[in-house]
This record gives sequence, C-alpha cells and structure tokens, in this order.
Amino acid sequence: MTIATEKNKVQLKSIGFSDRAYGRSVEENKIKIVVEDFNFFYGKTHALKNINMKIRSNAVVGIIGPSGCGKSTFLRCFNRMNDTINNIRYQGDISVDGNNIFDKDLDVVDLRRNVGMVFQKSNPFPKSIFENVAYGLKINGINDKDFIQERVEKSLKDAALWSEIKDRLNESAFSLSGGQQQRLCIARALAVEPEILLLDEPASALDPIATGKIEELIHELKKKYTIVIVTHNMQQAARVSDYTAFFMLGELVEYDFTNKIFTNPLKKITEDYVTGRFG
Amino acid sequence: MTVVAAQYNRRRPWINPKIKEKLIHGFFFANGMISVLALLGIFALLTMTSIPAFREINIGSFLTGFEWNPTSYVKEQYGIVPMLVSTLMVTVGALLIAIPLGIGTAAYLSDVASPKVREIAKPIVEILAGIPSVVIGFLGIVLVGPILSKIFHTHNGLNAINGSVLLAVMALPTIISISEDALKNVPSSYEQASLALGASKWQTIARVKIPAALSGIIAACMLGMGRAVGETMTVLMATGCAPAMPKSMLGPVRTLTSSIAIELGEVAYNTTHYYALFALGLVLFLITFFINMISDIILHKYEKVNR
Ligand SMILES: Nc1ncnc2c1ncn2[C@@H]1O[C@H](COP(=O)(O)OP(=O)(O)OP(=O)(O)O)[C@@H](O)[C@H]1O
Ligand SMILES: [Mg+2]
Repeated sequence: MTIATEKNKVQLKSIGFSDRAYGRSVEENKIKIVVEDFNFFYGKTHALKNINMKIRSNAVVGIIGPSGCGKSTFLRCFNRMNDTINNIRYQGDISVDGNNIFDKDLDVVDLRRNVGMVFQKSNPFPKSIFENVAYGLKINGINDKDFIQERVEKSLKDAALWSEIKDRLNESAFSLSGGQQQRLCIARALAVEPEILLLDEPASALDPIATGKIEELIHELKKKYTIVIVTHNMQQAARVSDYTAFFMLGELVEYDFTNKIFTNPLKKITEDYVTGRFG
Repeated sequence: MTVVAAQYNRRRPWINPKIKEKLIHGFFFANGMISVLALLGIFALLTMTSIPAFREINIGSFLTGFEWNPTSYVKEQYGIVPMLVSTLMVTVGALLIAIPLGIGTAAYLSDVASPKVREIAKPIVEILAGIPSVVIGFLGIVLVGPILSKIFHTHNGLNAINGSVLLAVMALPTIISISEDALKNVPSSYEQASLALGASKWQTIARVKIPAALSGIIAACMLGMGRAVGETMTVLMATGCAPAMPKSMLGPVRTLTSSIAIELGEVAYNTTHYYALFALGLVLFLITFFINMISDIILHKYEKVNR
C-alpha cells in the first residue's frame, strides 16, 4: 500500500502525469461540476459535511476514503439517485455546466441521461446481453435497429467486452462472469453517451487483468467523458485519476492533483491513509 | 470431566437423532403423498364413474356434439361443445378484464402508492377474496345485470359478460396480491439501474419490473384462471344458463360447472345421464389440470431465462 515510493512516482510519470504539464492542460479545460457547501443527511445521519469541490471537464477524479465515509453517497448525489431513498435531506448546491441539479424545474430523467452511473455491485437486468446494452437507447425512444445494433457493438467494444461475448449476445446477462457483468454495466452506461460517468468501485470484483482493462478503458473514456470514480485501491486511484479527493467521516479532507495527494499531501492524515499507516 | 459427562447424559435426546431425522422425513413425505393420493383418487373416481356413460354415448359425439339434451323424449343428446364454448367465453372474458386491471393495481400498490395507502389497500383486496361466491352471484343479478342491460339494450343482463365481470372480480384479489408480491421481490438494484439510465418510473415498471416479475405474475393469472374455470355458483346465478350453443357474449351461456350443478340434483341415480355428468366433471378436471401444467411449464421457461 505504500504509494509514495520512487517506483510509483516513476509509474505516475510514465502515464503522462507531470505536475506542470498537467496543470497547464487543466487550465484550458472548463469546469464541469461545482459542489458548494453541500450537506447530506439520511434521517439524522449527517453523511456529507460541508463539501466544496470543483471538477473539470474530461478529468478523472478519484474518490478515496475508509468504508462508510460517504463516497457512494456523494457519487449518488450527482445523478440524484439518493432521491429514491426515503427520509433524505440535503443543503447546498451542486451544479453541472452551471445548472443547479436540485433546481425544481430540472428534469431528473434528463439529468440521469447525462450523468451515467456504474454501481458498486454489478446489476445487469435479467435480460439478454444485447438487451442490457440496448435498454438505455430504447427507453429514449430510439427504434432504429441498425443504429441500436451499431451502438451496442461500439459500447461493448469500448467496455473491452466485445471480443469475449460477440457470439453470445442473446444469452442471459447472468451467464457472464462477475467481471464481465461489471463491464457489461459499464457498456450499458456508455451506450447512452452521457457527459459524466460515475463509477462506484468498478473493479472491486475483478482480477488484475480485468482491472487493467477497466483502467485502460478509463484512460480512453476521459477523452469524451468527465469521470468520477470511487475506489478502495490506492494504486488504482494513483493510476487512473488526475485528481484525488480524500474523504473521511463525511468530510472532504483533501482534494488535489493525484500525485500531490500521493506524494506530498498537505495533511498528515491523508498521508497516513494513502500510505496505509492509517487505522 | 465427570461433570461434563453428567451434563451430556442429562441432555441426551430421548430419541436417537438419526431415527428422529427419519421420522421427520417420513412425516413430510407422508404429507406429500396424501395430496398426490387424493389427486389420483379423485381422478380414478371420476374416470370410473364416467366410463358407464360411454356404453350408450359415443365418445366422438360427446366431445364434438353441438347439443346437450339428456332429457329429450325423442333422442337424448350428449354434446358438450356448447358448454366448452361457454366456459371458454366466460373465462377468457374474465381474464381480459382481470389481468390488465390486476397487474395495473399490483404495480400501483407496489411502486406508486404511499406506504399508508398500501397498508390499507392490500388487506382490503385480500378480504375481497373471502367474499362467498353466492354473494357475488347475487350482486350479478341485482347490480351488474341491470347495468349491462342498460348499456347494451338487452332485456336482461344475465349473460356471458355478466359472468366474466363477476369472475374477474373474484379472480382480482388473487392476481393483485400475488403479482404485488412478485413485483415487491424484484431486486431494487434492477430498478436503480433503470432509473440511473434515465428511465422514467413508468418505463422502469413496464420494461424492467414487470418482466422481472413475470413468472410470479403468470402464476397469479393462472391461479385466477383456475378459479374462473372452476367457479360454479356465481356463473350459475349470473349467466342465464340456457343449454344451447352460445351466440354472443351478450347471450345466456351455460358452463360445465353450472350444468353439473343444475342437473346433478334432479338426475336419476345410475342412469346414463348421471354418468354423463361425471364425465363432464372429468373434462373439467382435465382442463384445470392442463392449465396448471402449462402454467408450470411457462414458469420454468421464464425461470431459465431469468437465471
Ligand atoms: N440508505 C441509507 N440509509 C441510511 N444510511 C445510509 C444509507 N446508505 C448509506 N448510509 C450511511 O451513510 C454513510 C455513508 O455511506 P456510503 O455508502 O456513502 O459509504 P461508502 O464510503 O461508500 O462506504 P463503502 O466504501 O463501504 O462503500 C454510512 O454511515 C452509511 O451507514
Ligand atoms: Mg460505497
């Protein structure tokens, strides 16, 4: 778990992360998401405390922190999936492209179309592989068979799954392995081409090879999407994310360039956590 | 050591666990066997009592005859087609009403209604199932009949539609209750996935929840159908019961069940007519048996797709 070693620094550099070069390219990007003084409650549980955060377009933001610190809760705020839970309450604002997502006039369905999500536990529909990926298109009123076919193929290719399953598109999604199911869920989210992609531990159930594929995929995807990814795996956060946010007990402790967080964090507690000395 | 041994002795079961296991196993096996035996017994009884009827009735004309007139002075006729058609009409009519309404209500209760509404509505629906069929038949005569005759300008409302409406009312509680359970049991992760892709609540219900709950919903409809096919008192009271070939949903019909109920009270013991009524019972038994079997097959098919 010791990330801040020379070896890892080299690794970080080798995938194109250098503070200065990166800093410059980021300056040119516009800000996609702004979180302002955000608080979230499950009944009386104060799950997120006064969060302030800006996320740039086409950045990958990694969210790390101990279990139960509110990572999933935070992620579910961006597409308002928390709305489906009873007894929740929030204060403060989150805006995407300058539009407050809690605005009364905002259509949640539109928001969710724009903000795709892959859940912590893979959850394919009890339908065929093809139907799983085509679902998002069909509910959006797309009926053109050729178009759907094309888009399904492309999404499965983007999710690094196509070559493994191209001959069994009509089989049940449950016939896939756990890792394949997770990639199917990613393909399903990609099919509707959202602008923002929320990934909740997309690699938690995967072997190193599948994990590698997903990480490669994330690098590919950030050309088109803004990505927020929750992960328990420090190496993974270091490898895939441009920025890293460290949460603890519902608070955003530190948020910075990933290699800053992993090599030279401002706070002692962050360093303890990322180096595995924590708890 | 001795203390432990003493405790062990005291706690020693009064019966050898292996034997106990066998007894429990035997008990449940016996229970299962009793229901199988009862089913076989009924089937055997119906068959035995039906066979004498075919000494005088040709089986072909029994199954394909268009006239049922066992008390004719000229020539006794034993054709069951009119009753089969009547049963079919009333049952299909009932299902056409009950299935959409039942699934709609179930979806409403499981996904739309507030918890409070659900807590009140579900028991009420289940109580509906307990209303005696005579009472429903009575409602058919005094309430549904007059309404139907007004709508369709017929001189009375005792017809196939009336029977369908009443049977739908009787099948609804079963369909609603079991479908609602099936929808409730759909993992919420499916719903979450659908909503996260930008599906509306209605799309999620129609395209994810109902298909995922389909095996339960089909089972519910089949149970409702079994009830409709076998129901006697209500159709006896509400459908007019003319023993002729039915002409339309607005005409009187006479189902297998009501024919047995009407005629068994008046028929002379051990006559051909008497045996023929048992043959009707056998036909009814076979129909319900096959409905259940087909529903079982459908259920298994969907289970395979869903796993
Ligand atoms: N539906 C809910 N109702 C009530 N409390 C909840 C609910 N979901 C989460 N919580 C609570 O909110 C806090 C944050 O949970 P969350 O799932 O966001 O943690 P997490 O950081 O994603 O944890 P993990 O790494 O284990 O997934 C926890 O204390 C949790 O118990
Ligand atoms: Mg989580």
